[in-house]
Amino acid sequence: MSPTAIKRMKDLPSTHLLGGGTAMCAGCGGLEALHEIYDVLGTRTVFVNAAGCMTLLSIYPFTPFRGSWLYTAMASAPAGAQGVRDALDILISKGRMPPEEDLSAVVLTGDGAAYGMGLSATSGAIERGLDFLYICYDNEGYGNTGQQFSGATPHAAKTATSMGSRGYPGYKKDLFSIWVAHKPVYAATVIGAEPLDLAKKIEKAKTFKGPRLVLALAPCPTGWLYDPKDSVEIGRLAVKTGIWPLKEYVDGKVVHTHVPHPRLPVEEYLSTQGRFAHLFKPQRNEELLREIQARVDEYWKGVE
Amino acid sequence: MSRVLLTGNAAAAWGVRLADVDYVPVFPITPQTEIIEMLSNWAERGECGARVVTLESEHSMLTAAGAASITGVRVFTATSSQGLLYAMEMLYNVAGWRAPLVMVNVSRGLAAPLTLESDHSDIVAARDSGFLQIFCATCQEVHDSVLLAYRVAEDARVRLPVIVNLDGFYLSFTREPVKIRDAETVRRFLPPFAAQNIEFRASKPISQAVAVLGGSQYSYFRYEMHLAAQQALAVYDEAARDFAALFGRHYPAVESYRAEDAEFVFFMTGAYATKAMDAVDRLREGGMKVGLVRPRLVRPYPAADLRRLLAGKKAVAVIDQNISMGKGGVFYTELCEALYGLPEAPLLASFIGGLGGRDIPAEEFYAIAEALREAVKQGKAPPPRLLYTATELREMRKLQAIAHVERKELGNAP
Repeated sequence: MSPTAIKRMKDLPSTHLLGGGTAMCAGCGGLEALHEIYDVLGTRTVFVNAAGCMTLLSIYPFTPFRGSWLYTAMASAPAGAQGVRDALDILISKGRMPPEEDLSAVVLTGDGAAYGMGLSATSGAIERGLDFLYICYDNEGYGNTGQQFSGATPHAAKTATSMGSRGYPGYKKDLFSIWVAHKPVYAATVIGAEPLDLAKKIEKAKTFKGPRLVLALAPCPTGWLYDPKDSVEIGRLAVKTGIWPLKEYVDGKVVHTHVPHPRLPVEEYLSTQGRFAHLFKPQRNEELLREIQARVDEYWKGVE
Repeated sequence: MSRVLLTGNAAAAWGVRLADVDYVPVFPITPQTEIIEMLSNWAERGECGARVVTLESEHSMLTAAGAASITGVRVFTATSSQGLLYAMEMLYNVAGWRAPLVMVNVSRGLAAPLTLESDHSDIVAARDSGFLQIFCATCQEVHDSVLLAYRVAEDARVRLPVIVNLDGFYLSFTREPVKIRDAETVRRFLPPFAAQNIEFRASKPISQAVAVLGGSQYSYFRYEMHLAAQQALAVYDEAARDFAALFGRHYPAVESYRAEDAEFVFFMTGAYATKAMDAVDRLREGGMKVGLVRPRLVRPYPAADLRRLLAGKKAVAVIDQNISMGKGGVFYTELCEALYGLPEAPLLASFIGGLGGRDIPAEEFYAIAEALREAVKQGKAPPPRLLYTATELREMRKLQAIAHVERKELGNAP
């Protein structure tokens, strides 16, 4: 497949590589993104996993992956990728493994590890120039343990550990910028609800050697409190309201791959989810709604 | 080859170099750092075929080590004390991955209070991790144990990681004459790394280290590890015999020094056991039949060897360089279990000593021997004793007095 093979929806792979019947929740936005990523990435991969929801994809003796898998721990999946990559390089360079047996190291992590405990190992791997793809499915909380807030939780969201009337008091950490500050070869945000944008980015990421981030917002019915059938629509709204900017970093520049125009009010996204219901009922919290809108406006002021 | 003066750290590094290791993920920590410096420099100059990569923590270091090992290469790493504890989650993990890597731990006491000096609290904390453990008493033994460790770790009947332990400062920074083994003979002793189908290859997709649902699956894999660790007893003996045949030096799982006809026995692990050997000689000169029993292999636990060596002795003093808070010496407790119900079991006495580099001088060994003689006379074991002298306590009181004066000066005295 050439780097420019995917231009239209009909160019997306028609063969789906990830098996079904996993333990993920119905409507899992992370799994949606992973399906799309895996179709483009292919099976010559080792998915090195950090503790999170997707650890439950591979449960002895079953796996939905046609390629390989290694579960590590919550904090150190990038170091696992380092060990796999280095070992494969050593085997090839010493002539103990033919190059056609080579594999790509792919870290698969949730936001809980990516935004917190795993940051040190991630930073170390980028600084060492490790050739790996880092996929974070970001459902904005510790989803596997029942959606407690994490460093990825957005301002005002109710979680199992921020149940007050103003929700989570902190602000979502900017993991994309943290990566960009390391000057990796590639970094991108994606969402499963925009499969063409996602596939183009994975295809591009495949052409680079070095540390590469794919950060996928992962609408989460059980954590965000909405009907599983709405995952795709909520994903689209995240993009249309400008809450989830689709962008990539390459050659030292951040480029937005989609600029929503006209941008919908954030309310249209927030009102779809139970975690933000307290912003609307019993009465509207105008102050918080204005603050959230203002932050999104401020972001796009520098882009539009 | 003639003998050269090497520190324990250098002896370990030379063992790694001869073992034809492929991959060495590292992170510096005192008193281990000299090992990884030597390996880095050799790798840079192309003098050894290993790739050395510095990780950003011991936790990552051990993750990379385990991952590389189950991708199919021979791996070495090293740590000490706080580093071992920081990596602890991954010790249990990579043992479960059945990654047959070798790690050197340079023993150092654990914080708090923070210290750089030696005791065995760190390695004992890793006792139940699934790593096999070899304790060394000399620099030559460190060098040779690295080679033995790979033989045992990679044996298909075992396939578990091994820690080779040496005492910080007393071995790590002490030069002793060491015979660096001949590379050709090492190749005959240690065959090239065999992945045994535990590897990542494009043509053979595999899922490793996956989760299980339910206690019976979990128990199955954990029991397998335990049984493999127990099989390592026979595998170790075999390897030690082969080593002796090739290199002329035998390292039994349990070393015994003048213990065959002894009535009283010192029981110790690690470098301080060499102090006990000297005390044994002196006490024998004075007419007391004393010996030393020193387990080299601590996991798997060589219970049968210990029963054979200690049956019929009058009394044994277990001198632990570790302490389980609220319980006491760990090796004392384990030896009690090993000898329980033995018809000719000796009296067992527990002593804690050598914590954080504290010396155990000859006089204390004599006092311990005297305590054993007294115990036999009384017909019962004495209560556990924490070794500490009146002089030490007086020095400690002086330091406390300074601390109190300064606190009063600052106006925050209690």
